[in-house]
This record gives sequence, C-alpha cells and structure tokens, in this order.
Amino acid sequence: MKKYLRTKILVYVLTFIFAVTIDWLIPRLMPGNPILVLVSRFSGLPESARVMYSYLTKAFGLDQPLWKQYFNFWIAFLKGDLGISIYLYPKPVLDVLKSALPYSLGILLPSILASWFAGNSIGALAARRRRLDSILLPIMYFINGAPYLWLGIILAYYFGVVLRWFPIAGAYSFGLRPHLSWLFVGNFLKHWILPFLSLFIVQLGGWAIGMRNMVIYELESNYSRFLETLGVKNSLIRKYAFRNAILPQITGLALQLGTVIAGQVTTEVVFSYPGIGYILTQAILNQDYFLIQGCFIFIIIGVLIANFTVDLVYVALDPRIRYSYGGEIS
Amino acid sequence: MLEVRNLKLYYRTLRGYVRAVDDVTFQVRDGELLGLAGESGCGKSTLGNGLVLLKPPMNFVGGEVQLDGEKLPIEDYERMRDYRFKKVSIIPQYAMDALNPTRKIGRYIEEILESRGINFESVRETLIERLRLVNLPERVLRMYPIELSGGMKQRMVMVISTLLNPSLLIADEVTSALDVSTQKAVCLMIRNFKELGIVKSIIFITHDISVLYQIADRIMIMYAGKIAEVGKTAQIIQNPLHPYTKMLLTSLPEVGVRYTERMLSGIPGQPPQLLEPPKGCRFKERCPLRDKVCDKDPPLVEIEEDHVAYCWKVKPNA
Ligand SMILES: Nc1ncnc2c1ncn2[C@@H]1O[C@H](COP(=O)(O)OP(=O)(O)OP(=O)(O)O)[C@@H](O)[C@H]1O
Ligand code: SF4
Ligand SMILES: [Mg+2]
Repeated sequence: MKKYLRTKILVYVLTFIFAVTIDWLIPRLMPGNPILVLVSRFSGLPESARVMYSYLTKAFGLDQPLWKQYFNFWIAFLKGDLGISIYLYPKPVLDVLKSALPYSLGILLPSILASWFAGNSIGALAARRRRLDSILLPIMYFINGAPYLWLGIILAYYFGVVLRWFPIAGAYSFGLRPHLSWLFVGNFLKHWILPFLSLFIVQLGGWAIGMRNMVIYELESNYSRFLETLGVKNSLIRKYAFRNAILPQITGLALQLGTVIAGQVTTEVVFSYPGIGYILTQAILNQDYFLIQGCFIFIIIGVLIANFTVDLVYVALDPRIRYSYGGEIS
Repeated sequence: MLEVRNLKLYYRTLRGYVRAVDDVTFQVRDGELLGLAGESGCGKSTLGNGLVLLKPPMNFVGGEVQLDGEKLPIEDYERMRDYRFKKVSIIPQYAMDALNPTRKIGRYIEEILESRGINFESVRETLIERLRLVNLPERVLRMYPIELSGGMKQRMVMVISTLLNPSLLIADEVTSALDVSTQKAVCLMIRNFKELGIVKSIIFITHDISVLYQIADRIMIMYAGKIAEVGKTAQIIQNPLHPYTKMLLTSLPEVGVRYTERMLSGIPGQPPQLLEPPKGCRFKERCPLRDKVCDKDPPLVEIEEDHVAYCWKVKPNA
C-alpha cells in the first residue's frame, strides 16, 4: 500500500512538472507579442512607446533567453509568484485568480454535486421501474445530447430576456459592492441561479444514464442471478447492485470535480460570470502569457488533485482494485 | 425425491421459441446422484436452472414438478422463492463469479441468511464444519472473492448453496473449469455431500460423460432438448442402446481421459436448431440407423428395469 502511494505520488509530481512546462511553453509559441498589446493600450508618442516597450520587456524578463526564462519561472513559482498580469497590469496573476476562483467554485461545486445526486437517484429509479424508464430515458438522452451552448443561451434568453426573472450577466449588479447583507446575497443568488441551473441540467442526463445502465448491468450480472437462486429479498439484490454500480460514478464525480477550478468556460462566457474560465478567455484574447499560464496551472493542479482523489477513493471502496495493487485488502 | 413430468421450457426470442427443454420426464430418487450429460447446447443448464430460477427469457410451457411429494411451483417466481436455498439449490455454471465482488464472504453469507430470515449464529457451526469438508480455511470468511482461486470460489459456492440442507442440489458443470487433478476431488466432495445426508439428491450436469463413471448412480443422456436414454451407470456404460449414447461413448478416446470439444468432432454432423427442431426423432440427421419411422416421435422403450431409451430401433429385453 505504501509503495503504491509512493509510486503514485512520484507519477503525479512528474506529470505536474511536465504539464506545467508545456503550459509555460505554449503561450510563448503563440503568434503575436503581448508587450505590444500592453504598450498600445498606454499609447502615446511613438518615441515613448519604444522606451516603454523595452522597459516592459525587461521588466517581464522576456528579453532573456528561453531557458533562463524557464528557470526563473520555476524559482518564482516555488515562491508562490505567478508573475504579473499583462492585461490587468499591474495586478499579480495570483491575485486575479484568487478573486476569480470563488465564482468558479460557487457555480461548479453545487451544480456538479447536485446533478450527481439527482442524476444517480433518477438513474437508479429508472433501472428498477420499466414504465418510468421508458419515459425518463429519452428525456435524459435529450438533455445529455443538447449542446451546452444552445441550452445556456435558451435559458438566458427565456428566463433573462423574455420573462426577465433573472439577470443574465455578471455575478452581481454593477451598482453593488460585495458585502454581507440580504440585499447583496439576494442579488448574488439571482445572478447565480441561471448559470447554476444550466450546468445542473446539462450534467444531469449523463449521470442518470450512466447510473441506470450500471445498475441494470449489475442486476443482470451473475452474482445477482446467484442471489436470486438463493431466494433472497429483492432489496438485498438491489442494495448490492446499487453499491457496485455507484463505484464508477464516484470516479466520475471526482474527475468532474477536477474541472471545477478550470471553471466552465462556456458558462462563464455565456453568462459573463467572472470565474477562472472567463479570465482565461480574456487572457487568451489579450495574449496575457502570465495569466494564461496561471489559469492553466490552477487547472492542472485541480485535475491532478481530482485524479489522485479518485485513486485513493477507489482503492478505499473496491477490494478488487486493492487486490490488483498487491496484497492486503481487508 | 424429484419427479419431473412432461416439462417444457422454451426461450422466447425475437425469432420464435427455442425449445431448449421439450417434454422431459424423469425422476431423481432420494440418496441418488443423477448424472446429466449431453453435447453443449442440448438444454442441460436450462433444465437445471428451470428447476430453481425460472425467469424470462425462459418460459414455462408445460409440465409438472414434484419434490418430496409436494408440487414445486417452478413457474411462479414469487412462490418459488421459499423453496429456493431451503429445498432446491444450484451450483451454477458461472460459479466462478457468483459471489458479490465487493463484500467479504462472511458478511455476504450473513446478509443472505438474514434476508431469508435465518439467524447467522444458528448456522455458524454448520458453516465452519462445511468449510472444513471442502478444504477451505475458516479465514476465507474474512476475504473478498477476488482473493480466492477459481476452485476455492467454486467450493465456497458449493458450501453456500448447500448450507440449509436442501433436498435437491443441482451442480452445473462444476468440473469443466477445473484442471484434471482437482476435478476428481471436487466430484468426490459433491458426492460426499450426498453421502453425509446434507442433500438428499443431486443432479450432476456435465458435457463430459466420463466424469460420471465414478460418481453417478444413474445417467441421463439428453440430445437437443429431449431425453435420449436413462439408465443405471453400469447399464449406460456397458449396454448403451440409443444410437446417440453409443456414439457418444465410442467417441470417447479412453475412459477417464478428459475430452471436451473432441466429443463433438467424434460424431459427424451438428445438433439440430432448437428454434425449429426437425419432426420426429431429433437425432435422425446424424443417426446411422435412421429409418422412415424416425420421422415420427420415437417411443419410450423400457429395456429393463430403470433402463429406458427414446428410439424406434431399441427393443426391450423381453
Ligand atoms: N437466454 C437464452 N435465450 C435464447 N436461447 C437460449 C438462451 N439460453 C440458452 N439458449 C439456447 O437454449 C439451448 C440450451 O442451452 P443450455 O444453456 O441449456 O445448454 P447446455 O446443455 O447447458 O450447454 P452447455 O454445455 O454449453 O452449458 C441452446 O440451444 C441455447 O442456444
Ligand atoms: S429414432 Fe431413429 S433416428 Fe432416432 S435414434 Fe432411433 S433410430 Fe436413430
Ligand atoms: Mg450449460
């Protein structure tokens, strides 16, 4: 078990280094020059622009050879410094991301968890009731097949534009400052509900279908059949089937949670919700090396943590996996 | 004592009924081990499963089953529930993955018993004794199925299905997945269960007739959903009369030598489709003695006491 953990951790560390290196490299291979973008923003005399250009290039360390930039990057990274945003100059990248993170989490965590619970319940129910299944299954397939962008826009249009129940942009009204009051919380929730709902719905179908199929598969498996030959109550057979069917769903959940940090780019763009996904698109549009890098580092960390959790959870839940990793499983 | 009369079990498929067990009549007496042999696909498992767990796509089409003088309601899934495990049990053909992979075996048994309203403690001693009987250490109860070898899992299933001393045990192909050395041990264990009175009678299903020589009291040969011949083990081996049985036995390379697929190649031709079986004798296409009469259903011929065959060309020992 210990050996298993050690190898896993090593693999994850290597993966992290590799992924971050690529993440560092990619923006630098993109066409265009971010400093030019920045300079053009402060536009002015061509003369001062040139001075500014060379100053900023130096300040961001972009005049140095690549290997040195790479080296500096890791040193800074280990100090918790992800650089300065070019597009939101002079805000540090870490601060930008830190203030965006709660918005992403606030939408994604609840929507993933809620759709997971609801989807699994619906799926398990459908697996048991033939009649219900024939109604639910097509609905779930429809939901699952609906492109998210389309769904998001429909929701925004219908509830935001036609019914005018909910606002369709931002995390709270422009006039407000974040603070703790009923007014603000209410306003925040109003902005929150549509992006939440869109993500909830779009994920629901997948969970439900997955769970339904898994439960049916388990109910038809040999161990269920053997239980039947022993004349046990249906409740016991269902209990076993459910428990075994939920295992892959738990893996799926953990993997989904890994994307939490990444935010859901589409959601955040459709509803102009200021999470990491939104920041990422802005960063890309503005060729903000450091911000792009920072976003991806967050995403990488999120995905790796999620995968690691999956590994641990699975080992804890499934004796078969434990066994395949050698020895003691009791 | 099990009595089966005119039992018909068909599978409902999109293309029609598959007549896997078609008008089968036989009995298994108390203290008897009946060997059931025949080529793959002849309906052995269907017959065995049908007596315990009859559910779609398998359909009950007709017949009657009595166990210990009482009607066994095999066609009624719910009413049959009470009889399963307590009166009839099966070691299924899929015994290797019959256990729940995510439950420790002891806990699993406990939950099964609880579900049947039986207190675990009241059978704990029996359970431990039975484990000893099949050479399993007591600690398997604290293990997960994956920690057991295939043979161990099978013996575990054997212990579980016989835990409540059912009247009838059906053992479906318990030897086919094992290597030759363990085959014999398992066969003797099963027979031993009967000798010790744990179960009253056994139907031992196999497609390898040679396994039956040492353990069966009587042998029943099935062909394409029907019975071909039934008799005492000695009668079948020394004096097979149905052409199919004869060919089955002569196609054996040597007594005791394991064969599986070779048996099929030993008899030219293929068993008929059970979707639309031929009229009359189902063996006629492969039978050297085939005659015009064989287009009609072959009669039951009682050759001598306990020895019967379904064939036009078999004559009773007058
Ligand atoms: N679920 C099913 N649906 C339709 N036909 C089936 C089904 N199960 C079995 N059959 C058919 O019924 C016939 C008898 O099958 P069965 O499993 O009883 O044979 P068997 O004698 O046990 O063979 P084996 O030695 O391979 O186990 C076969 O022709 C098979 O194709
Ligand atoms: S009834 Fe006819 S075809 Fe069938 S086994 Fe006997 S002789 Fe052969
Ligand atoms: Mg079979």
